[in-house]
Amino acid sequence: MSQLSRRKLIAGGAITAVGASGLVVAAKLAARFGLVPPDSGGVYGPGETFTYAAQRLVNRHALAREFTRSQISAQPFANLVDPPLGEEFRRLEQGAFSSWRLQVDGMVARPASFSLAEIKSFAARTQITHLACEEGWSYIAEWKGVPLSHILDLIAPLPQVRYVVSRSIKPEWWESVDMADALHPQTFVAHGMNGTDLPVPFGGPLRLRVPRQLGYKSVKYITRLTLTDNLKQFGKGLGSAAPEEGYAWYAGI
Amino acid sequence: MLVRVTHWVTTLAFLALLVTGVEIVVSHPRFYWGETGNLHTPALFTIPIPTSRHSFSNGYNYTLPDQNGWSRYLHFQSAWIAVLTGLFYLVFGFLRGHFRRNLLPASSDLSPPKLITTIAAHLRFRKPSEGEAWSYNVVQRLTYLAVIFVLFPLVIWTGLAMSPGFASAFPALQTVWGGQQSARTIHFFVSILLLLFLLVHIFMVWFAGFRTRMRAMITGRGPEGMEGP
Repeated sequence: MSQLSRRKLIAGGAITAVGASGLVVAAKLAARFGLVPPDSGGVYGPGETFTYAAQRLVNRHALAREFTRSQISAQPFANLVDPPLGEEFRRLEQGAFSSWRLQVDGMVARPASFSLAEIKSFAARTQITHLACEEGWSYIAEWKGVPLSHILDLIAPLPQVRYVVSRSIKPEWWESVDMADALHPQTFVAHGMNGTDLPVPFGGPLRLRVPRQLGYKSVKYITRLTLTDNLKQFGKGLGSAAPEEGYAWYAGI
Repeated sequence: MLVRVTHWVTTLAFLALLVTGVEIVVSHPRFYWGETGNLHTPALFTIPIPTSRHSFSNGYNYTLPDQNGWSRYLHFQSAWIAVLTGLFYLVFGFLRGHFRRNLLPASSDLSPPKLITTIAAHLRFRKPSEGEAWSYNVVQRLTYLAVIFVLFPLVIWTGLAMSPGFASAFPALQTVWGGQQSARTIHFFVSILLLLFLLVHIFMVWFAGFRTRMRAMITGRGPEGMEGP
């Protein structure tokens, strides 16, 4: 590089220009095909967009690995709920969760509110999948529940819906998933685990189960699902509580 | 030029991966083998350090500040930079004969006596002659090839294997290691090997003459009449 020739300068300039315009075109295409996550602003936006887009290009219809009964973890683990569940939860728990309801609203033709008994009466499915926490630990369990897609069928989403926002009885735990995960056959509204009702430490009576993402996307104690075409109106507009705490919205990695 | 630019971009990305990788491990410095592992199952081994999470004290009565959020963001962003830079380096390295010319050992150098002589010279910290010093010897060539074609691919593979999203699309990412937790453990050990390589690499640069080497690594200029790598 001791002598920067004119030819090298022109070639370098051309490569930079092609690269830069390539990035602009790629960004436009990614936005067009819904490959840009809601927390794509900021210094880590490019990395997040690469991860989310790359995974959606290869795994849109892929199934999470399923395991055999003998591979179920004898002792699953759950972090302590911190701060502890409040008075409202305790009151519902004392009533054996018979008054627990899941409200489904937003951009839907038939908003509804289902009791826990109604959800348990829907045709249930099971899956034996791996739950990995971002901390590094994991376990395998058999989950029983209703595919989220079945509930979405009942309430008839409007065609422009792009995300399903889930709210917990703990207001600080709210999340959202795109339609690739919302309609995915392994995404459950889960009410059972390893042959029993879903235990409270594991999110009982009702949690979301999103096996293609890390544990924090599988929101515990869900009370409300809201369908939307725009996440800007929720919280700080980053898609979920996770990015507000400094964590990625898309947790496929 | 290509080797130098990709080298320094990879250096920055690698340092970011190293720091953030430590931050991520600190949240759960327990390692396992197989598909699963958690605080209720026996560990393969535990690093005796304080942790950043209340769920696992590891015998300490204090908790480090939790840095996982930005560490994970930066870890994956740096991983993308390292992977894309690495691909670029591989493609152009092959096209322009960099691997054949600078890194592939001559077959005559691979004979056991020759190998032993070279290793012995390394272990005795013998300074190479001025002529030898600007081309890699057989041990260095083999080490670089192992880092480029074994350790980096392995650390990327096991990194992807920990991702539930990628592993759904490509289950073999996990199954060849016996599970997600095995992949995490291998990822940790390969990172340690890469760190060891980095330390020896820096030592060798210092040993060979820090100022002239750094000048060569940054500007591409070797001593008079020699073309740098």
